[in-house]
This record gives sequence, structure tokens and C-alpha cells, in this order.
Amino acid sequence: MMRALCLLMALLFSAASLAVIETYEFEDETLRARFADLADELRCPKCQNQNIADSNAPIAADLRKQLHAQLHAGRSDQEIVEYMVNRYGEFVLYRPRVNSVTLVLWAAPAILLLLAVLVVRSSMRGRAPAAPGTLSPDERARLDDLLSDATPQDKEQA
Amino acid sequence: MKRLRLFLPLGLFLVLSGFLLVGLRLDPQALPSALIDKPLPTFALPALGQDRVVDQAAVTGEVSLFNVWATWCASCRVEHPFLTRLADAGVPIYGINYKDEDAEALRWLDELGDPYRVSIVDAEGSLGLDLGVYGAPETYVVDTAGVIRYRHVGVVDERVWADILEPIVNELKREQLAGGPL
Repeated sequence: MMRALCLLMALLFSAASLAVIETYEFEDETLRARFADLADELRCPKCQNQNIADSNAPIAADLRKQLHAQLHAGRSDQEIVEYMVNRYGEFVLYRPRVNSVTLVLWAAPAILLLLAVLVVRSSMRGRAPAAPGTLSPDERARLDDLLSDATPQDKEQA
Repeated sequence: MKRLRLFLPLGLFLVLSGFLLVGLRLDPQALPSALIDKPLPTFALPALGQDRVVDQAAVTGEVSLFNVWATWCASCRVEHPFLTRLADAGVPIYGINYKDEDAEALRWLDELGDPYRVSIVDAEGSLGLDLGVYGAPETYVVDTAGVIRYRHVGVVDERVWADILEPIVNELKREQLAGGPL
């Protein structure tokens, strides 16, 4: 019984220890923060909807290792991003850079907002109730006529 | 004019359908290489099973294929017989043995045949990283000047070769005959 329990515990905890992914040592907290930021913003080329911080793909592990090494070699964020783009293309950036290809992407929200404002404004204008006092003399006369025509019964119903 | 506006939703629907239809045909896994029209990265790595170091100059000069392979890669086993056939037909193929064990790789080539002029040992994956490799197998078409002209991700089989790679290789050979890249 005891033996079986030991075996069970061993199996359970070995799985837990396997689940630990690599740990990186950092010289200081700023490096750690920059590592976290960059790993968050770089996209894994293999598993395309994950960043390299989340992905378990071997290539993501390689890129994390590379990122860690380059941070400690004193490279700037920009240099590291450039290094990644030179190898894996703009694709690795979750926040694409502004250039002729991505301009549409960046401008789209502003353009859509502008369009929405224009549409809302034009539809509001079409629906705006006529301001009081804009009846022509003829219309006013007809209105008075109609109102005075109303029978007491109509008034009750109203 | 008012009547026309009634057709606006239909128009929007058609435009959206158009985009979705095109989207259906796109391969979401397709990832163009960042190294197209750039020279092979510089490297100096051991040759598999040989006592020498290979650099980029040693493996360029011809229109050739660079095949990233490893014994842990199941699809590499699938494409191996076809690569052997290509090599037998005279297509120069260089191997990049990506993050692999030398002993296992040698045994693999012993068992299945060796289509490679030489296999470059990239145990650390450093050359793979410089090439932008994100998974084996990948196959690069490199021209006479050592410039990467195409990258195919996945298995190279008869269809891939006939439809994609062979036309590129032939075109590059024509360029070579015409005296360098046009």
C-alpha cells in the first residue's frame, strides 16, 4: 500500500517538475522587464497565434534564448527587433511597423471612425423634427381647423 | 436614389463574401522568407561524417537546393526517397542537419541513402536561426551567386518539385547561361 502511494506521488510530482519550462537569470529587473515585453510582442513563426512567451514550440524556445542572450550582450530593443525581422520577416511583430503596406491597417480605425461620425450625422439630420413655429400660415390654419373640428368623443380618446 | 440605397446591404454582403472567398483560398501557414534575394548567411560549421569545416563559399557556385532535415522530423523521412531520386537525377542538394545528433544522422543516411553533397552540422540551430527556419523540413533554392531565391516549407514531393521548384531551378539556370542574374 505504502509502496503504491510512493509510486503514485513520484509519478505525480515528476510530471509537475517536467512542466517547468526554462528559467532565465537576469542581471537586473529592467532586463527582466524588457525580456517580458519583447517576448510578449514577438510572434512565434511556427504556432502563428501565439507570442514567443506563450509558445512551447522549439523555435519559440530558441528565440527566447536568443532574446535573453542579446539582452545581456547589451543590444537595444530596436536592434533585437531588427535581428528578428531580418530572419523571420515583419510577420514576427505583433505590432506592425508603419510602412506603405501596413498604412491601411494603421489608418483603418481613424477612417472607420470618421465614416461612422459622418453616417450618424447625416442620418440624424434627416430625422430631425421640424422646429415648432415653422408652419406656413396655410398649414397653421388647417391645423386649427382640424383641432377645432375634433368632437368631445375624440378628445376623450386622445 | 432612395431605391438604390436599399441595395446597399446586398452590395456590402457581396464585397464581404468576396474577401472571405479569397481568404478561404489563402494558406494561413504560408510565411514568406525574409531572406529571399539575400545571400546565404555566413557560417562555418562541421560537415557531417567528415573531418572538415564547411562555409558558405564551399557550397555555392551552382544552382542548388538546401534541405533542412533532422532525424527527429517525421516529414523528412517522407521526403527522403524523393530527394534521393532528385540527387540521382543530378540536382545538387546540400543538407543542413538541424539540431540533430551526429550519430543518429549518420545512421539515417546509412539506412536510407545519402542524397546530399554534404550535410552541414547545425547542432545548435544557429544557421537555422540565421536562415529563418521555423521547422523542418524546409528547402531553399539558392542561385549560382549564393543568393536565396525561394523557400519551400514542408515536404518536397513530385508535385512540389514539378509545380514550384523545378521551374525556378530551370529559370535560374537560364539566367546563369545568359550571364548572371538579369
